Amino acid sequence: MDMTYAGAEPKVARRKRSAIARHAAPYLFISPWILGFLFFTLGPLVFSLTMSFYDWPVVGERTFVGLDNYRTMIMDDPQFWESLWITVKFAAIYVPFNIVMSFLLALMLHNITFASGFFRTAFYLPSVISGVALVTIWSWIYSKEYGLLNFMLSFVGIDGPNWLGDPNLAIVAIIIASLWGLGGTMLILLTGLKAIPKELYEAATVSGVPGWAQMLFITLPMLGPMLLFTFITSIISAFQQLTIALLLTKGGPLGSTYFFAMYIYDNAFKYFDMGYAAAGSWVMFIIVLALSLGVMRWSAAWVYYEGEVRQNDGEGHA
Amino acid sequence: MRKTLLYSALILLSALFIAPFYWTFMTAIKSTADLYQFPPVFWPSEWHWENFAAAWNKQPFGTYLSNSLIVVVFSTIGQLISSSLVAYGFARFRFPGRDPLFIVLLATMMIPWDVKMIPLYMEFNMLGWINTLKPLIVPAYFADAFFVFLLRQYIMTVPMEIDEAARMDGANAFDIYWRIHLPLMMPALVLVGTFHFMNAWNDYLGPLIFLNDQSKYTLTLGLSMFKGLHEVDATSIAAITVILCLPPLALFFVAQRYIMDGAVGSSVKG
Repeated sequence: MDMTYAGAEPKVARRKRSAIARHAAPYLFISPWILGFLFFTLGPLVFSLTMSFYDWPVVGERTFVGLDNYRTMIMDDPQFWESLWITVKFAAIYVPFNIVMSFLLALMLHNITFASGFFRTAFYLPSVISGVALVTIWSWIYSKEYGLLNFMLSFVGIDGPNWLGDPNLAIVAIIIASLWGLGGTMLILLTGLKAIPKELYEAATVSGVPGWAQMLFITLPMLGPMLLFTFITSIISAFQQLTIALLLTKGGPLGSTYFFAMYIYDNAFKYFDMGYAAAGSWVMFIIVLALSLGVMRWSAAWVYYEGEVRQNDGEGHA
Repeated sequence: MRKTLLYSALILLSALFIAPFYWTFMTAIKSTADLYQFPPVFWPSEWHWENFAAAWNKQPFGTYLSNSLIVVVFSTIGQLISSSLVAYGFARFRFPGRDPLFIVLLATMMIPWDVKMIPLYMEFNMLGWINTLKPLIVPAYFADAFFVFLLRQYIMTVPMEIDEAARMDGANAFDIYWRIHLPLMMPALVLVGTFHFMNAWNDYLGPLIFLNDQSKYTLTLGLSMFKGLHEVDATSIAAITVILCLPPLALFFVAQRYIMDGAVGSSVKG
C-alpha cells in the first residue's frame, strides 16, 4: 500500500510493521461481521434477556421483577399455553409434510430427464414471492363463495366449507398455504439426490437388490445429512410462523390460529409490554434450541456422514 | 408406462403450484362482471389492462415502490461488499480464534428473529431510526451469516496457489481479494445478490415493525395495508400483487441457472 515510505524506515521497524499488518489483516476483513454480531445479534440477545427480567414498558418506569415474567406466563397466562399448543400442532403437521412431500417431489424430478427444469422451476416459483403476495393469493383460493378450492371440491360433490372461518379448518388452511412454499426444501433434497454416486445403485442392481431396498439402504442413508438439515430448518421456520397467520386469519377464528410468534408480537407491539414479550421470545428460543439439539442427537443414530471416512481437510466442522 | 405415470403426476402437481399465479393474474385483468361469476371464469371475456393503472393510483404506490427500491438497492450493495470481505477473511487466513468465531457465525443462523425483533426495535428507537428506512438498510452492511458461509465455501474451492502467485508478484491481501477473488466468485455473488434482493423486496415484518408513516411504507407493507382497507376490491389487490411478484420472478428467471446449480450445493454440503 504505502510502499514508498517503507523503504525509508529501518529494517527492524519495517518488519515489525508488516508483522502487525499481517496479523491485523484477517480481523480487518471479518470486522464487518464482528461489528454486526455485536450490535445486531449479541447486543440484542443480552438486551432482550435483561428485558425479560424487567417490567419494561416502551415509555415510563421500568422495574426489576426477577423471574416474574416467566412465572406469570407459565402459571397464569392461558394464552401462552394456547398459542404454544397451536404452534406445536402446526409444527407437528407442517414439518413432516414439508419434508416428505419435498422428498417425493425431489425423487420424481430425479427420475426424469425431459422437462425436468420446467417442473423444478414450477415447484420453486412460490418460494420466490413475498409472504404478503402469498397470503393475498390464498385468501381468494379459500374464499367460501368464489374460491378456487371450493369450486374444485364441487366437482367431486363436496360442498366446500368456509376454510378461514372455521376454527378447525383455519389451521389446515395455513398449513396448506405454507406447504406451497416447499420449493427450497425440495431443491436441497434434489441436490442431495444428485450427489449420491451412481455406482452404488449400479452395484446394488447387479447384485439383485430390489428397488425398495436400494431406497432404504442407499438413498435414505446417503441423504441423511440433507434430511437432517431440512428437518432443523423446518422446525425453526415452523416455530417462527407469523406472516401468514398475521395476514390470512389474524389469529382467528376464535384464536384458533393464534401462533406463539403472534403472542410475542402482540405483547410487544400491541400491549407494549416489552419485558414480558422478551421473556416469551426467550421461551421460544429455548424450545427451538432444545428441539434442534434433540434432533441432532437423535440423528446420530440414522445420519451417515460420508465425510467421516474421508480425510479431514483441516478446515473445521463447516 | 412408469414414465407416463410419473409425468402425469408431475403435470398435475406442477399445475397445483402454478394455478394460484394464473388465478391471481386473471383476477387482476378481469372485468368486475367476470369476477363474481360462479362457476369462476377461467378465461376472461375482456382483458382490462387498465386495471393495473387504476389500482396503482388508489394509494401512493409510487412512493411505496421508490421506498422499496431504495431499501433493496442500498442493502444489496452493502450485503455484497460486507459478506464477500468477511468470507475472504475466513477462507484465506489462519488467525487465533478463527474456528470458534466461524462456529459462532454458523450458530447465529439458528437464532429466531423473534428474539432479536424486540431489542432491535428498542435499539433503533434509541438511535432515532424508527420510521426511517435505515433499520432495513444498515444491518446489510455488516454481513449476513448465511451469505458469508456460502461465499466462503466458494472461495475455498479456488486453489491457494493462485493467491501465492499473486503475493509473489507483490499483491497485498486486499489486492488479492479485489482483483482475484471478487471476479472469481461472480457466480456466487450473483446468487447472494439475488437472494438478498428477494429477501429485502419480500420482507414484511421488518417494515411492519420499523415503519409508521404511510410515506415510508415499502410495497409489501403498502399492499397489506391496502388489502386491509379495501378487502372487497379484489381486482386492485390482485393487480398490485402481480406487480409485487414481478421483480422477484423476473430476477429468478435471470439467475435461475445459478440458483438451481450453485446455491444449494455449496451452501449445504459444507
